[in-house]
Amino acid sequence: MSTLKITDLHVSVETEQGTTQILRGVDLIINSGETHAIMGPNGSGKSTLAYTIAGHPKYKVESGSITLDGADVLAMTVDERARAGLFLAMQYPVEIPGVTVTNFLRTAKTAIDGEAPAIRNWIKDVRVAMESLRMDKTFAERNVNEGFSGGEKKRHEILQLELLKPRFAVLDETDSGLDVDALKIVSEGVNRAKESTGLGVLLITHYTRILRYIQPDFVHVFVNGRIAEEGGPELADRLENEGYDRFLELAV
Amino acid sequence: MSLASPDTATTTTPTTTTEQHGIKAHSNGAGRVAPVQTRSARFKSTHPEDFEAVNGRELDWKHSPVAKLTAFTGGDLDGSRFPYSATESAGVSFSWIPVTDPRVGSVGIPEDRASANAWSAATEVLLVSIGAEDVSEVTITRDALGSAPRAAHIIIEAAPFSKSTVIIRNTGAAQLVENVEILAGESANLSVISVQQWNADAVHLGSHFARIGRDANLKHALVSLGGDVIRINPSAHLAEAGGSVELLGLYFADAGQHIEQQVYVFHDAPQTKSRVTYKGALQGKGARTVWIGDVLIGSKGIGTDSYEQNRNLVLSEGTRADSIPNLEIETGDIAGAGHASATGRFDDEQLFYLQARGINEEEARKLVVRGFLNEIVQQLHVPALEADIHAALDSELENVHIASLR
Ligand SMILES: Nc1ncnc2c1ncn2[C@@H]1O[C@H](COP(=O)(O)OP(=O)(O)OP(=O)(O)O)[C@@H](O)[C@H]1O
Ligand SMILES: [Mg+2]
Repeated sequence: MSTLKITDLHVSVETEQGTTQILRGVDLIINSGETHAIMGPNGSGKSTLAYTIAGHPKYKVESGSITLDGADVLAMTVDERARAGLFLAMQYPVEIPGVTVTNFLRTAKTAIDGEAPAIRNWIKDVRVAMESLRMDKTFAERNVNEGFSGGEKKRHEILQLELLKPRFAVLDETDSGLDVDALKIVSEGVNRAKESTGLGVLLITHYTRILRYIQPDFVHVFVNGRIAEEGGPELADRLENEGYDRFLELAV
Repeated sequence: MSLASPDTATTTTPTTTTEQHGIKAHSNGAGRVAPVQTRSARFKSTHPEDFEAVNGRELDWKHSPVAKLTAFTGGDLDGSRFPYSATESAGVSFSWIPVTDPRVGSVGIPEDRASANAWSAATEVLLVSIGAEDVSEVTITRDALGSAPRAAHIIIEAAPFSKSTVIIRNTGAAQLVENVEILAGESANLSVISVQQWNADAVHLGSHFARIGRDANLKHALVSLGGDVIRINPSAHLAEAGGSVELLGLYFADAGQHIEQQVYVFHDAPQTKSRVTYKGALQGKGARTVWIGDVLIGSKGIGTDSYEQNRNLVLSEGTRADSIPNLEIETGDIAGAGHASATGRFDDEQLFYLQARGINEEEARKLVVRGFLNEIVQQLHVPALEADIHAALDSELENVHIASLR
């Protein structure tokens, strides 16, 4: 049982206009096996939270803390965080020309585990994971994310989630750009990871439709750089019906 | 629309230029020194004294470290037979032929003083003759050229309908200036790959001249990794209908190294095709690369399909990459002609993505650079060479200074 704990997190970003405050005191505790949905309007800081957890150098932590089972995540480099068990499925996965998916996955797995995976099992694991995500096997020899459609990129993120077996995953709008079938396939992947490894999930989304497939234990409403309200799954339905207006007014 | 591309693309300002050319005549935008001149009209001679002494301001020398090159642009050269070894392959024969042989000079004539100096100094020419309808692969190794200035002349002649790969592997010490003539006969399918992994103090100047016959296809590649100054200028003359050429280049310049290639493609017959792709990485103080890509679509080049690109990846401060495409079109009736040139820094978002998957910064950097250059390595289609080049690149990358980018 692990715990990812975010306490009073303030984050800014440097822009041409100067320093912009984006996160203004985020508190969140996620335990293994729990799924937390974060919903909120565009620009409210959801991706900033995701990137800050992963350690993107653009985002500057002004104050607050992030700990993983007590260990100071903010003191870790990006790759150390990943090796500690944190995973970010990106809203916009990056293309890496000339690096094949096969090579990338093997290199990442070796880095995370600290040793190269046993070759025969690994090949099988990759094949099975790709099949269950309905990814054609030709993807293995393609360059990472290069020429992938939006939906293919998202499947590729979940493929990594299943193979790298992190303790906590932040899914930043993994559902956007997916059609109904793809949404189901990707959700099944997340649910498999939850079942097999007790993954804790921070699911960032604009829509309740993914919550029909991935059941959240908690729903957080994110407005203006902080959590404005928390509740159970029923809160998501309310948001779908009422929108964020109520919170936006409160935030001012 | 002006065709003259910026003379320099330095590391402080990553640049990208991409142009697609329509049906319009263009002039060579290469420089201020010489008057605008059609590329095919450039002065040629086999006699060094026909060229002015090189002072470094000439169009074709202004990017080169000419002070280091005086032994080649002016001095005496050892023009005797050079030592080499070669693998055996059915249908490929090697012989030394006299400079009076009619094949000598049948492909190209020097366009600069160093090339002419080598031409007149060489006492014999190494002929690599590839027989008809054979499929062959030979590797020529030069690893004992020594450190006295030397001239060499090679002719690679691929008979009609032959299919072959000639790999020239260069290692050890060298102070070399050479001319390589490449003849791809009718419907021949020829690959010529020259790999430079010289000692760190080596100098290698070269002019490669290729003539591509009817429906023939030449793949030409320069892989330049080791040496102090490497300046090899390949030119391809698409002299007969249906010919095609692929000119590939991969280079990695580290501190103090100068790697230069002046590429020239002449579309001089109908329905010819050219693809020029050069990719390089630069790392360390004083690492310098030069790529010039001249493409001339002559009045006979009806239906020409041409595209050239050069991409440079800058890995540290203090490097300089010059990337200069020039396109001249003398006929209105072409299928396509374009060029792209980009010199960019390492993409931090790629690095972040890989690190977010647990891969440490150094390893991530290697993956990205290797990936960037892989496009060229993969196109060589010589598996053994691929492995060697990857290993060589990895050892170059061992020296990547992580801190220098931050
Ligand atoms: N790298 C950056 N440079 C400048 N501004 C940024 C940067 N990253 C985020 N911001 C700004 O911070 C605010 C929050 O952005 P963020 O991407 O976190 O929002 P979001 O909630 O994920 O939005 P969306 O729902 O559109 O994905 C926005 O105003 C955005 O413009
Ligand atoms: Mg976002």
